[in-house]
Amino acid sequence: MTVYNRERFLDQLAGQLGRDRRTSAERPAYSVQPQERVFQGADQDQLLEKLKEQCKIIHTNCLVTTADELGETLRHVWDEDHIQNIVSAGGPRLEAYGLSDIYETMRQDGYHVHVWDEQEGRKNVTTAEKAGAGIVFSDVTLAESGTVTLFNDRWNGRSISLLPETFVAVIPKSTLVPRMTQAARIIHEQEKKGVPVSSCVSFITGPSNSADIEMNLIVGVHGPVKATYIVVDDM
Amino acid sequence: MSIKIGTKTYADRIQEGIDNTFMRHAVSSAQGRFRTGRLKAAEELGDWEDWRTLGEEIRTHTMENLDYYLYQLSEQVEKRGGTVFFAETAEEANTYVQKVAEEKQARKVVKSKSMVTEEIGLNEALEKSGCEVVESDLGEWILQLDEDPPSHIVTPALHKNKSQIRETFVKKKGYTKTDDPEELAAFAREQLRQDFLEADIGVTGCNFAVAESGTVTLVTNEGNARMVSTLPDTQIAVMGMERIVPTWEELEVLVSLLTRAAVGQKLTSYITSLTGTRLENEVDGPEDFHLVIVDNGRSKILGTEFQSALHCIRCAACINVCPVYRHVGGHSYNSIYPGPIGAVLTPLLDGYEDHKELPYASSLCAACTEACPVKIPLHEHLIRHREIIVEKEQKTTKAERLAMTGFAQWASTPAAYKLSTKMAGTVLKPWTKDGSIKNGPGPMKAWTAARDFPAPAKKSFRTWFDEREKRREKDDRL
Ligand code: SF4
Repeated sequence: MTVYNRERFLDQLAGQLGRDRRTSAERPAYSVQPQERVFQGADQDQLLEKLKEQCKIIHTNCLVTTADELGETLRHVWDEDHIQNIVSAGGPRLEAYGLSDIYETMRQDGYHVHVWDEQEGRKNVTTAEKAGAGIVFSDVTLAESGTVTLFNDRWNGRSISLLPETFVAVIPKSTLVPRMTQAARIIHEQEKKGVPVSSCVSFITGPSNSADIEMNLIVGVHGPVKATYIVVDDM
Repeated sequence: MSIKIGTKTYADRIQEGIDNTFMRHAVSSAQGRFRTGRLKAAEELGDWEDWRTLGEEIRTHTMENLDYYLYQLSEQVEKRGGTVFFAETAEEANTYVQKVAEEKQARKVVKSKSMVTEEIGLNEALEKSGCEVVESDLGEWILQLDEDPPSHIVTPALHKNKSQIRETFVKKKGYTKTDDPEELAAFAREQLRQDFLEADIGVTGCNFAVAESGTVTLVTNEGNARMVSTLPDTQIAVMGMERIVPTWEELEVLVSLLTRAAVGQKLTSYITSLTGTRLENEVDGPEDFHLVIVDNGRSKILGTEFQSALHCIRCAACINVCPVYRHVGGHSYNSIYPGPIGAVLTPLLDGYEDHKELPYASSLCAACTEACPVKIPLHEHLIRHREIIVEKEQKTTKAERLAMTGFAQWASTPAAYKLSTKMAGTVLKPWTKDGSIKNGPGPMKAWTAARDFPAPAKKSFRTWFDEREKRREKDDRL
């Protein structure tokens, strides 16, 4: 936890810029703000429509369900791909959506459902590597791009949304916003208040892909091969 | 590798480029797809010119206050448990990374795609320290197995076809399946998964650092950068000193400009923002985080008439529209930064001596300047380079100069250009599923005006929204 060579380096920059070192900077009022106009004034239903539309482009299955039906929907998603091993993010949202009970029932039915548990340390990663599906909760959902924003933390390890072949995001409808602008603003406002940002913020848009071989789109490279969003009406 | 990728003369490289038919088709088809994707994305975004203006304003403000923002960044990274190393030269950067690797007794290093580590030759340095270095971006991995330099900054293995790739996999990794891209990628996934799990150190680049929070943001599609920053216990991020924004609000604007200009996606699959080390109670992510901030000649551009070259966000839009790049391919530029931005930047970073022909690798048609999402006046910079070269002792030989200008002139004739756009129109876009484009918005208007693109059938959100509202009002009245 050190900073090396800073003064020399920054002095050189200031010298090149022909002035003394600056110890503060005022962000300018930018002359245009096109980002604010995207889906301005749209309500949650309209944003959901945009999300569904975008999901078709990003190779992502988008399901809409209610809190009561969430268990059935999850089971359906797993069965479709014959998935037996599941790793899920934990924390307060598990209870809020009744998922603890749902997972318990599923365990009795023979599924292996592992809820991320910091006490188990690195073993969580090994479990995630072997799991067929990873379940996470979206913190902010960007309608325009079809993006799930995760503030990774002790309950939501980075591996859950990365290592299993199938990525499942539970999206509370209330988390929908027009675009990345609103998510960035939340983080910026928090920073200003002195609340530090998560060690990892993951903006995830569908499954992993590449166009590195002859510009063919290949879906599923290092990260998940399949992505499903489950929007839960919580409003 | 360093910024320069070989010792062949410029003329030889161009000849090789022109002789390589596959490469030329690949490049021109890629250019078409990239361009179509970018235009479609720009149109969907609406107000593309406003976005570009905003991008330019952000970059200008940041460069003018670069010393302050880098200071703030380093303070924040330190606060979040990271170590920051300011490196004036490539050697300083490499020596520092070697030192970390030695302290960790690292044997395996996995990397995600990073232009700046190519530029400083980090892989060679790490190998000298006895580390095995594995490039994990699919294109980079292919090139690494084949010991070939990249030819494009977004899709580095653009010049290779799938049967060449298959052959490489067979020879180097005992691959037994077909040249189907999906199968090739599945093989890479399986092979590299093990490397991610075993690696001691992950090395990433940095698309944008955020000064206010000490965050490093990576913009990717494959998921390898997430692997590299999730699994190894030590992460080293290497950034060019200009790759920084003041706050998250500027970050999101530049990310949007980058993904749309680079690949025509609204956002790529993964935008990953990493701040310091993992926190207590967190299980994955690095316990040790280092940020290396590299100058390597950049500061000499600050305060000069070329300062806006530092605004570049490495989207490759200028490369994708360049008629000269289309015909000679990436390797001809003899630099890891090809195309118009390469022709501007390489002489600035590495001196005119070895790159005196580069500013001539342009027809000055200005398509690059029009395409640039942060409005860098690329062709004007090229003209200035030429003037400087001429002023400074006539460095070019007449023959070379003629070859290049003559070629560039031909490549930019309307006939040559039409031919390539025609091809471009028939190929599918890799990332956007549907739709074709109408007359391009701002950036490409001059070029696309000549072509009839089918108009998009989809309503804009605004119209859709308005109509919906009207319907609602009517319903309410009933
Ligand atoms: S110069 Fe502009 S168009 Fe070219 S890569 Fe840089 S940002 Fe993109």
